Amino acid sequence: MADTHTTTHAGLAHHFDDMEQQREAGTLGMWAFLVTEVMFFGGLFLAYILYRARAPVEFAVASNSLNVTMGFINTLVLICSSLTMALAVYFSQTGKRNLIVVFLLLTMGLGLTFLVIKGFEYHEKYVEHHIPVRFATYEFNWEGHASGHEAASIPVDDGKVEMFFWLYFAMTGVHALHMIIGLGILATLVLMARRGRFTPDYHSPVELSGLYWHFVDIVWIFLFPLLYLVGAHLH
Amino acid sequence: MREHIVSRNIYFTIFIALVVLTVATWSVAKMDLGRMNAVVALTIAVIKATLVVLYFMHVRYSSKLTWVFVGAGFFWLAIMVALTLSDYMTRGWLNIAQ
Amino acid sequence: MRNRRSQRRLSNRVFMEIAEKVIPPRTHYLNATYGVKSWLLTTDHKRIALLYLASVTFFFFLGGLFAVGIRLELLTPKGDFVQAETYNRMFTMHGVVMIFFFLIPAIPAVLGNFLVPLMIGAKDLAFPRINLLSWYIYTLGAAFTVVAIILGGVDTGWTFYTPYSSTYSNGNVVLTGVGAFITGFSSILTGLNFIVTIHTMRAPGLTWFRLPLFIWSHYATSLIMILGTPVIAVTLLLLALERIVHIGIFDPALGGDPVLFQHLFWFYSHPAVYIMVLPAMGVISELVANMTRKNIFGYKFVAFASLAIAVFGFLVWGHHLFVSTQSVYAGMMFSILSYAVAVPSAVKVFNWTATLYKGSISYNTPMLYAFGFIGFFIIGGMTGLFLAALGVDVHVHDTYFVVAHFHYIMVGGTIMGYLGGMHYWWPKITGRMYPEAWARFAALVIFVGFNLTFFPQFLLGYMGMPRRYYAYPEEFQVLNVMSSAGASILGIGYLIPMIYFIWSMRYGPHASANPWGAFGLEWRTSSPPPTLNFEKTPVVTWEAYEFTPRDEMVVVSVRDLLDETLRPRPVGSE
Repeated sequence: MADTHTTTHAGLAHHFDDMEQQREAGTLGMWAFLVTEVMFFGGLFLAYILYRARAPVEFAVASNSLNVTMGFINTLVLICSSLTMALAVYFSQTGKRNLIVVFLLLTMGLGLTFLVIKGFEYHEKYVEHHIPVRFATYEFNWEGHASGHEAASIPVDDGKVEMFFWLYFAMTGVHALHMIIGLGILATLVLMARRGRFTPDYHSPVELSGLYWHFVDIVWIFLFPLLYLVGAHLH
Repeated sequence: MREHIVSRNIYFTIFIALVVLTVATWSVAKMDLGRMNAVVALTIAVIKATLVVLYFMHVRYSSKLTWVFVGAGFFWLAIMVALTLSDYMTRGWLNIAQ
Repeated sequence: MRNRRSQRRLSNRVFMEIAEKVIPPRTHYLNATYGVKSWLLTTDHKRIALLYLASVTFFFFLGGLFAVGIRLELLTPKGDFVQAETYNRMFTMHGVVMIFFFLIPAIPAVLGNFLVPLMIGAKDLAFPRINLLSWYIYTLGAAFTVVAIILGGVDTGWTFYTPYSSTYSNGNVVLTGVGAFITGFSSILTGLNFIVTIHTMRAPGLTWFRLPLFIWSHYATSLIMILGTPVIAVTLLLLALERIVHIGIFDPALGGDPVLFQHLFWFYSHPAVYIMVLPAMGVISELVANMTRKNIFGYKFVAFASLAIAVFGFLVWGHHLFVSTQSVYAGMMFSILSYAVAVPSAVKVFNWTATLYKGSISYNTPMLYAFGFIGFFIIGGMTGLFLAALGVDVHVHDTYFVVAHFHYIMVGGTIMGYLGGMHYWWPKITGRMYPEAWARFAALVIFVGFNLTFFPQFLLGYMGMPRRYYAYPEEFQVLNVMSSAGASILGIGYLIPMIYFIWSMRYGPHASANPWGAFGLEWRTSSPPPTLNFEKTPVVTWEAYEFTPRDEMVVVSVRDLLDETLRPRPVGSE
């Protein structure tokens, strides 16, 4: 039942019989958690689907005003970070301590890059008065924008345009929150890796964090076309 | 079940595929295909997500139970979306006195 | 000091009366370590279960307090006890507290946490620290809600319908919503723990179809917790954002859709009622099997029915939206699916009943609660079918008929299951027996009080009395007074077990490892169990509920009494 060379493995928790069982439980646990994340984001996607179906023109026009280049670069950044994360897991499986740290740091760097670019984007939206709030000092205003000639001439319902931006900020905001949490997790992993905690026999934290990171990437894979490319055909 | 270590070559291949698909989705979006824009964009997104799930997340090499968990997650999302849309899309179908 | 008098009155089990002296284990999970820190930082699933027991009991009585307010107001046709808005807050907080802080966690987090590892022969759940975290998360969410109550509570109804909750109601909506949001994660973590534990930590030889039906029920419940709870979380988040930013996602005046809120809300909240009832059904399966000393009739059907309820439960939420402008086609589909989801529930009821046939039935307290559950669940379930019929629902939607329906399931169902389970496993949890006579008396009081409270409400609703109203026409007063009288009796009924359970912890006779002669791994370790549950991991070579003939049991049991343990032996062994 127990692997002979891991009966007293340092990483084995007291309630498990062997490392194999512990690993299996951890993997299933992380997947169960990711299923909850699918349903959580799913509610936002449902709202998006309904409001886009009601206002396809407004969504296209509003989406057109987003910085698609930044969105495109961010998508590539996240895909790269998924690669570096997968490689970090690979090196934890093969026991290359220094490379684990290197690739975890690269992943964090790319994640940070993503957030910085996002910050620039949000700032742009702020300046253009596209943040859908109404305070004494700041208000949403669609009138003043036209990124291209075609978009400017289409008559739209301001309320529906505002709804697009609301969903944009809600969905990318929740996504960014998950990225920030992911960075925290990666930082913890870096500290653990530097102390030599991971071996080919025990590296579950890296693997499981990888699953989380890839999931956050997948959410963005859907957010990019749904938020940025709706009105890309308008010029 | 011993752990399967995915080779770096596969990771790089998948990475290239994802980049290519991202460029593709952007290029196609610039063309006006009417309703097909959404279909194409979502199809490409699903393919990209599938590649990440199968290879980066090792699901291709995981137990059947993991497959069930992954499938269940997306299936349940589909239930939520489909049944809700079944309400919105069928309003006004039945011409009762409204 | 042994209390001989109470021992004689214990139960109708012959061998219990023969045993004058039960020596409790020296070290067990309760006395293994001492001090507040050892409890607040424990990772032992049994201690965490007791932490939850304290919390849910507190919230049960808090929710009950609000119910007292409601029933006092409804004694008279006019609104004269409290103001209208106060009444709205009372029924809202009654719902919020009872549902999120009592009914959803009660059986899974108390009995489930305690028993799941024991029943499968494991030392703990898969993630003990996450288990403790789930209790802290529950407590944090509860704190937010208590603060909201102190600040005056919310008046929207526990369903938070928009645009009232998003635009017009008072300012505690966000606070209450945050409380429920946070507590949802407690639910998610519990479900996650159970699923992984049941998949990966079963004892050798314990195949899926040898599992106790309690485990099957909790597995199905955990599926719902994982798949449904995140949706209420995101819904409450959107509601909070709506209140803060006023974008109009749910507000028709601003181009939003209030029905979208209802879809999102009920996508979780309907399966949530199955989170509340499935664990109780699991308890009933255990009680029926063990108190009739027979395998449950159609074990596999009952197991699969649990899964079917969990899955189908996700397909019916639209029956809460029949009169909401939801399309008639969708209404028809949800109606048919709602009839379909009743089928697995009915299968269970038939199978429990069939199990009784030629069973060796003990009419002790747990069994009384099981009988109560079966009867009341039938009434509650059947009236659910009334509501699932589109035409009928138009008339009884938002009336007391609905209120009576769900209270028959939640109080007549879940709470009976909870009390039955608490009495059945009390000796295992505390190592002490409760006083049987008082327990049976309390059960009787509860049954009478319960029916007197809620049956008149079916009649009231059918006659048209709306729910959530604090004033009503004169002709409804008699039934309302009956209902309020019943509520007082019910309240007394609930207080009695509180008293004797606490009494029994100090003065109750010590219980042996298996005082009921029951089947299940949890009865093969001492009462209370040691911290790591079993001296040695059990190896299972028998089928579920494989009882032996009674006379063989008596012969064996006399011998076993000398060892102070009662072990049911599989047919054909020794």
